[in-house]
Amino acid sequence: MGRYVVRRLLQMIPVFVGSTFLIFFMVYALGDPVAALFGDKAPDPATAARIRSELYLDAPLWKQYLHYMGQILTGDFGTAFTGQPVLELMADAFPVTLRLTIVAVCFEILFGITLGLLGGLRRGRGTDTTVLLLTLVVVSVPTFVSGYVLQYLFGVKWGLVSPSVSPYATFDELMLPGLVLALTSLAYVTRLTRTSVAENSRADYLRTAVAKGLPRHRVVTRHLLRNSLIPVVTFIGTDIGALMGGAIVTERIFNIHGVGYQLYQGILRQNSPTVVGFVTVLVLVFLLANLLVDLLYAVLDPRIRHA
Amino acid sequence: MRGRRRTLHRPSRARAGAAAVALLLGAAGCGGGAGSTGAGVVRASWGDPQNPLEPANTNEVQGGKVLAMIFRGLKQYDPGTGEAKNMLAEKIESKDQQHFTVTVKDGWTFSNGEKVTAASFVDAWNYAAHVDNKQKNAPFFQEIEGYDKVHPRSGTPTARTLSGLVLKDEHTFTVALRTKFSTWPDTLGYAAYVPLPRAFFDHHAAWLKKPVGNGPYRIDAYTRGSVMKLSRWDGYPGEDKARNSGVELRVYTDNNTAYTDLQAGNLDLVDDIPSTQLKNVRADLGDRYINQPAGIVQTLAFPLYDPAWSRPGADKVRRGISMAIDRDRITRTIYRKTRTPATDWTSPVLGEKGGYKAGLCGEACTYDPEKAKRLIQDGGGLPGGRITLTSNVDTGSHRLWMDAVCNSINNALGNDRACTVNPVGTFADFRNQMTEQRLTGPFRSGWQMDYPLAQNFLQPLYYTDASSNYGKFSDAEFDGLVDEANAESDTARAVGKFQDAERILARQMPAIPLWYQNGSAGYSENVADVHLNPFSVPVYERITVKP
Repeated sequence: MGRYVVRRLLQMIPVFVGSTFLIFFMVYALGDPVAALFGDKAPDPATAARIRSELYLDAPLWKQYLHYMGQILTGDFGTAFTGQPVLELMADAFPVTLRLTIVAVCFEILFGITLGLLGGLRRGRGTDTTVLLLTLVVVSVPTFVSGYVLQYLFGVKWGLVSPSVSPYATFDELMLPGLVLALTSLAYVTRLTRTSVAENSRADYLRTAVAKGLPRHRVVTRHLLRNSLIPVVTFIGTDIGALMGGAIVTERIFNIHGVGYQLYQGILRQNSPTVVGFVTVLVLVFLLANLLVDLLYAVLDPRIRHA
Repeated sequence: MRGRRRTLHRPSRARAGAAAVALLLGAAGCGGGAGSTGAGVVRASWGDPQNPLEPANTNEVQGGKVLAMIFRGLKQYDPGTGEAKNMLAEKIESKDQQHFTVTVKDGWTFSNGEKVTAASFVDAWNYAAHVDNKQKNAPFFQEIEGYDKVHPRSGTPTARTLSGLVLKDEHTFTVALRTKFSTWPDTLGYAAYVPLPRAFFDHHAAWLKKPVGNGPYRIDAYTRGSVMKLSRWDGYPGEDKARNSGVELRVYTDNNTAYTDLQAGNLDLVDDIPSTQLKNVRADLGDRYINQPAGIVQTLAFPLYDPAWSRPGADKVRRGISMAIDRDRITRTIYRKTRTPATDWTSPVLGEKGGYKAGLCGEACTYDPEKAKRLIQDGGGLPGGRITLTSNVDTGSHRLWMDAVCNSINNALGNDRACTVNPVGTFADFRNQMTEQRLTGPFRSGWQMDYPLAQNFLQPLYYTDASSNYGKFSDAEFDGLVDEANAESDTARAVGKFQDAERILARQMPAIPLWYQNGSAGYSENVADVHLNPFSVPVYERITVKP
């Protein structure tokens, strides 16, 4: 187990180096960002040259990358064009997005697994069809549509919640955005759980459990659900990474100043320190979430062992 | 939503897990409410400023909003007429339109108590001009003697201060310009020219966290990237005191969200109505919607560095293209009258006195498809038989109008393939292609004025080798008229000369005037007396809040 974790952690190093280089290269390929800083006016050559050399933009790409990696290793993620250190931006943005992700994942687990279980246990019946239809609708509506519609209904029409989230972005404010963010994944979790439950409810060990007279709730929670959760856990695990980085649309709609918003601004302003810094952290989150999922397999299914 | 929740409450199977998660959510949910806003405070939408809030480093409207509230300069542009009026300047005198003596009014202080003196200006300007400080507005000081010493095009500067700025006494300083520039005092209302307190130089990092100025407001709290709270400064000595108790600027990730917040009553002022809402805005807001001219003009510039566009006869082609564009229809359908068809190269906000003249472009800017086709044929046709329009498309619905302009040209010429568009993903990429002269067809050239003067709409854009003359237009007669206008001490005569220069543009058509851009804003029922100034920035200090 311990050796397995160490090996996985070591594998992360090449992935980390490779992905940061790719991101760095892609942002670099967008072109020189300094020209856009001067608005409608032509950039003043002397000032632009100073800014370029300060941002290390006048060096060749490989030198820039080495310089950047050297900076990162000393804990310096560079500065955004506003003069704010990227580390400070991260300290502001990641907790907000983390809270949003927690809310979204909770919705996924709570609603997704419950609905999936219901559907799987009563497959072919009314409940099952309703759940399937609902998830179909949810999957086919894009986030920006559901986001704006729910925001308008809850925020303006009924006045139940504030349409925008304050800079503090507390958990109660993040309920609606969290739901919007979770909707698509929630539908997938529902369908995954349903299929898995439906399949496993025909398994031999389940018939044995019923035959030996275990109470129904014990059969369902200990035997059926636990074995059915493996694909769902995989999905949710990878989804954590996706939710943290892919909340751009939701964060924009609900005015959440999180990772998605910072990435959007960074890309729009072609600010490579912001984009590369944030994506690098996201890559790490993704890798760690994947490792966690693999470790969870062993917990859920004792047959799986990590040597 | 409600139906689904009901199905969830009934079953008992996954109750334990569900309860645990609900507990977690509930426990985390009570983590403190949003900050409340005091009485009499205007809640306004804002965007994250692109640059640090140094006055000479702020060249976009979001940072400009803050500077307009916390700073006052020698001159102030009247929010209604755009006229430059003395603010901190007692008088600005010159005998030769080149050497100016500036007298600063007595009795002004910064909100931290420090006196505003002539040195506050001289130090600020020297800081702004020096290349080591990397101020993006440094070129505003290039007219002052000694600029090339502190801001050489390359290499290290050989002086610390501008030799043209001389401190005479506590309230007087003199300015020597490189050339005659009669309307120079009227440029001093621009934010780059404001005075700075010692704290700016001595404790720079702290100042940037919470800037201190001499305007009607002062900053109470500033959380970068999310909110700035300003309150009225009661010790403000000027006449334009704030009529509300403060302003809260909130950064919005998306102008649609700001608009929704305005509808929900969570926000008082939105100064950028999203284009998708333009068709509803009258119904939603009624007369709480403002749509008025701003000092912005959009043009389509020709790459005159390309021989195909500068050969003899190409001027006919350029004028022909201009006449093939149905401006009226495009501004009506795409922009819903938030743009006005342009008939000169300046802006209506200048007013007749300031040099705006409706219809100056004449026939060349009037839609006439038949004549357009004839002119283009007379001029030898489109270079290579076709043209490509280029613009960045990340903002401003640029893709939409480019398609519309192309359709208009294609219809006029009766050729579906005469005009195509080349959308560029980001503004930076577009700007680089412009600067490196890689474009071979007409490209978008927008201009937002720095100060309400005709000079600002003409010289930087069409004078030979001027900083923003991307198409490399060059005409000796035009340059001569601009020089004469700048040396003219009488404003009316100067304006006349600028208009003569514009008539040359109408003949040569180095850039097609498309439309004047409007500023738009909407406000809630909580506030009144909301106006936009000619720079399309709300005049915050005049807004009143209903009790």
